[in-house]
Amino acid sequence: MKIDRRSFLGLGLGAAAGVTVSPVAWKLTDDSSIWSQNWPWTPVPSDGEVTFDDTVCTLCPGNCGISVRKIDGRAVKIEGKKGYLVNDGGVCLHGISGLQYLYDPSRVPFPMLKNGDSWRQLSWDEAVALLAGKIRELRQKGMADSVACVIGNSSDKGSIAGLYRRFLMSVGSQNFYTADTMDKSWEMLISRMHGLKASAGFDIANSDYLLSFGSSFIEGWGSPVNNFLANSSRKERNAKLVQVEYRLSNTAASADMWIPAKPGTEADLALGICSAMVTASLYNKEFAKNAGKDFDAFAKLVSEKYAPETVSRTTGIDVDQIRTVAAEFANAKAPLAIAGRGKGDSAGSMMEFAAVHALNCLTGNINRTGGFWTVEKPDTLIWPSIEMDDAATKGYARPPLGAVASDSSTGGVFSTVAPSASPYTTSVSKLFETINASEKSPVELMMVYNANPCFTLHNAKAVKDAVNKIPFVVSFSSYMDDTTQMADLVMPSHMFLEMSQDIYSSAGIAQNITSLSKAVVTPVLDTKSPGDIIISIAKAMEGSIAKSFPWKTYAESLQSVTGDQWTPLSEEGYIASEMAPPATPVMADFSIFTGFNGVPSIEGDEKSYSLTLMPIESIRLASGAFASSPFAVKTVEDTVLLKKDTLIEINPETADQVGVSHGDYAMISTPVGEAKVRINIFDGIMPCVVGMVEGLGHSTGAAGEIVTKEGSAISLKVGATGMIGSTGGVSSESGPLENRYIGGKGVNVNELIRPVTDPASGLDAAWGIRARISRV
Amino acid sequence: MSELEKKTESGSVGAEEDGASGEQKAGGDSGVGMGVLFFIAAFAICFLSGWLLFPSLLYSKKEQPFNFNHALHVAETGSCETCHSFRDDGSFAGIPKNSACIECHESQLGETEDEAIFISEYVEKGVEVPWLIYSKQPDCVFFSHAAHVVGAKMECVTCHGQIGESETLKPYQENRITGYSRDIWGENIWGVKKNSWDRMKMDDCAECHQEETGSKGACFQCHK
Repeated sequence: MKIDRRSFLGLGLGAAAGVTVSPVAWKLTDDSSIWSQNWPWTPVPSDGEVTFDDTVCTLCPGNCGISVRKIDGRAVKIEGKKGYLVNDGGVCLHGISGLQYLYDPSRVPFPMLKNGDSWRQLSWDEAVALLAGKIRELRQKGMADSVACVIGNSSDKGSIAGLYRRFLMSVGSQNFYTADTMDKSWEMLISRMHGLKASAGFDIANSDYLLSFGSSFIEGWGSPVNNFLANSSRKERNAKLVQVEYRLSNTAASADMWIPAKPGTEADLALGICSAMVTASLYNKEFAKNAGKDFDAFAKLVSEKYAPETVSRTTGIDVDQIRTVAAEFANAKAPLAIAGRGKGDSAGSMMEFAAVHALNCLTGNINRTGGFWTVEKPDTLIWPSIEMDDAATKGYARPPLGAVASDSSTGGVFSTVAPSASPYTTSVSKLFETINASEKSPVELMMVYNANPCFTLHNAKAVKDAVNKIPFVVSFSSYMDDTTQMADLVMPSHMFLEMSQDIYSSAGIAQNITSLSKAVVTPVLDTKSPGDIIISIAKAMEGSIAKSFPWKTYAESLQSVTGDQWTPLSEEGYIASEMAPPATPVMADFSIFTGFNGVPSIEGDEKSYSLTLMPIESIRLASGAFASSPFAVKTVEDTVLLKKDTLIEINPETADQVGVSHGDYAMISTPVGEAKVRINIFDGIMPCVVGMVEGLGHSTGAAGEIVTKEGSAISLKVGATGMIGSTGGVSSESGPLENRYIGGKGVNVNELIRPVTDPASGLDAAWGIRARISRV
Repeated sequence: MSELEKKTESGSVGAEEDGASGEQKAGGDSGVGMGVLFFIAAFAICFLSGWLLFPSLLYSKKEQPFNFNHALHVAETGSCETCHSFRDDGSFAGIPKNSACIECHESQLGETEDEAIFISEYVEKGVEVPWLIYSKQPDCVFFSHAAHVVGAKMECVTCHGQIGESETLKPYQENRITGYSRDIWGENIWGVKKNSWDRMKMDDCAECHQEETGSKGACFQCHK
């Protein structure tokens, strides 16, 4: 018997046969199929106990009630809270993406101090001591008022904003700045025209004729979801929406009538409609007689200067259409005119608001169902007295750097901090202008909370220059945004799901809703509540400052200052006031129109800059302190953002004149700067006007190296679960704290527009700028 | 051994070979004999390895964090449901979390080493016990306890066996390829079972469904 080829054949066949009839082959096949389901990149929803925790979203002033769905205590989904006053189960794309802000792998994970090109990790105690020391030094030098604080809230309502204002006051500085939004302009107007300290409320859900002057009614104006709901029910309520806008926005497209008035002529149109109403006696004569002060002068002004024929030439709208709208508006049961360009994020021209609001005064639909409401905001917080030492008193006596010349009757920003509010109206834009205008920055130390001025303010590049000049900048953000990148010290705050705070309705809600935004998750990183941060800084400063902060924790102060409200707030989640008109019927003072000569125009001469650049608001792109989430960026159209380029809207006629086609690269230049963009040919924007979306042009936030406490210089990546050191960051190419989902994409339109001071309010009324486009 | 040979030789592959070698034998070639011998040897070795050796290679033994005496606890609580309960929303809570145990075991009740480990390593440190779950199904499977326990009024032991009578937790044998417990495929590598609780593969569910409902069930019922 020799071992030959047949032996091996037998061996091979035997082995094959043996394996085949053994369990191996069949078991391995079954196992492989299971193995292929277990690959680590396949997302698997977690299993466990489902719980819901309710809170209030604070990404925008809309403040929708939300319900956070959790599995075994880990937040996995945000939904709108059914039945909540503001949004009844609805939520916008930013709210629903809220968890992306929570688990953002590029968040700042702990306090950091800038060290040349890199950052050094500090402990909380070290960071607090450092900042307290710097402020102490300044006060000792008699420079208490060189400490400034910029917060992104539109008012200092709310205990956290109140604590920051209180801190500044006890330090000795009036340089406390809040965001200049339409809320401020409305409040100033109400103070001037109605003599009330109140905010504007719009009972849109009950109005049957909404005349919107450039407000992005369904793209983020006011309380976005509240307005989405009002819009959805329009047809069944037989309510009409008339949109005055220079371009076919989503709101205009959804409206019953689109009035394409030339940009900047909205006030003229409003007064033209007033004129038509007055001439045809289509106004509430009783209201005008009993409540209208100087009404006759106003009637004369609009009849003479703003006749429909005149206005037609200015605005480009047919005389007939003006008269039709006037008649429809006047004859509606509950007509309501609204103003506040775009989302209402900027102050705008107060007289533009006045012109629009005159329509509401003509119909007398004020403090009635479906009308305009003056919502008085009582100071409900109970603050203990502030102690001010010598340095503080001296510092506080000096006026704020960003004080603007304004009508003294408009008063200062409504303050919840007793004693009485500062008599000054301040403009945050003015602050940065002042810093730039001075050789040495008059601000030695700036604190920034819930704001991103290096991105959101007009002339953003100049704001960056100003921030650069400030010797010490502290950011309380846990996102490496455009401003935080320039900071010297970062003391990262919780994001809204990780902290509690009291919220006060604004953004046009017609009643007072106080809500409690609760912490619904344990903090993911080593961040703190901004309330706790400021209290610990105050305590570290000792003396009168520490005495002005008699609470150990923010939780203690929140419960204490909300007083009686704490129980209903913590049990129900919110307190809503009835919509009740004020005790004395509202008067309308038309003398505001005396000597009215038009609203401020935009910068730039027509010869060098033949086009008008307008910023466009989109609900998909957050244009405030928070940048858009990855989910939101994904929804942005190819005609707005293509890969990393911003596209500008341009009418086909104008494109022909300039010599560009759809998709071409082009340079857009304004008196402030220039940028490379791509062309989007769009019939819906009028000739000679180009539109650029707001909310793009964020920097990526690359932070270089971070040296941790252990002393190791590592390229720190915060993993997808938010746990430091875990893998799963954006990509292996990202630096630490880099956000490449929104960062590095597009152009920031605020870098192309400069502020224009409104003579009536002193705030920034720039609504665009002149521009030119050249081929590239 | 010889019986095996007979069995395999009567199998299809064996028969082919038989035919071939038969022809060869007719030709009087003695090399063929070697081939057959090698065939039989190789066959036996592979077959037996597949049957006997393969399972020990495929499965690794893992220890539970500490021993849990089911018998003792069932005597105390009376039933499975006390600890393995349904939540208010109808979902099945599965293996109880520490909070359920802590209701009684805030501190050591007995004198066992295992309980001591539970208290010191898990209760005091606030760490959930990382139990290895014998009946864990792959992610593609949707299983509703409510439908079977509440709806069909099935007994726990039908699928899970007599765990309640055990004083120790059996060793957890993990399939190295899939990561799931040996209890899913079953102890028997051939997939042969004696009791309904010996296996938990899809075919086993289908078998019972066929008996009880008249059909094996539609794909989407469990694979959503």
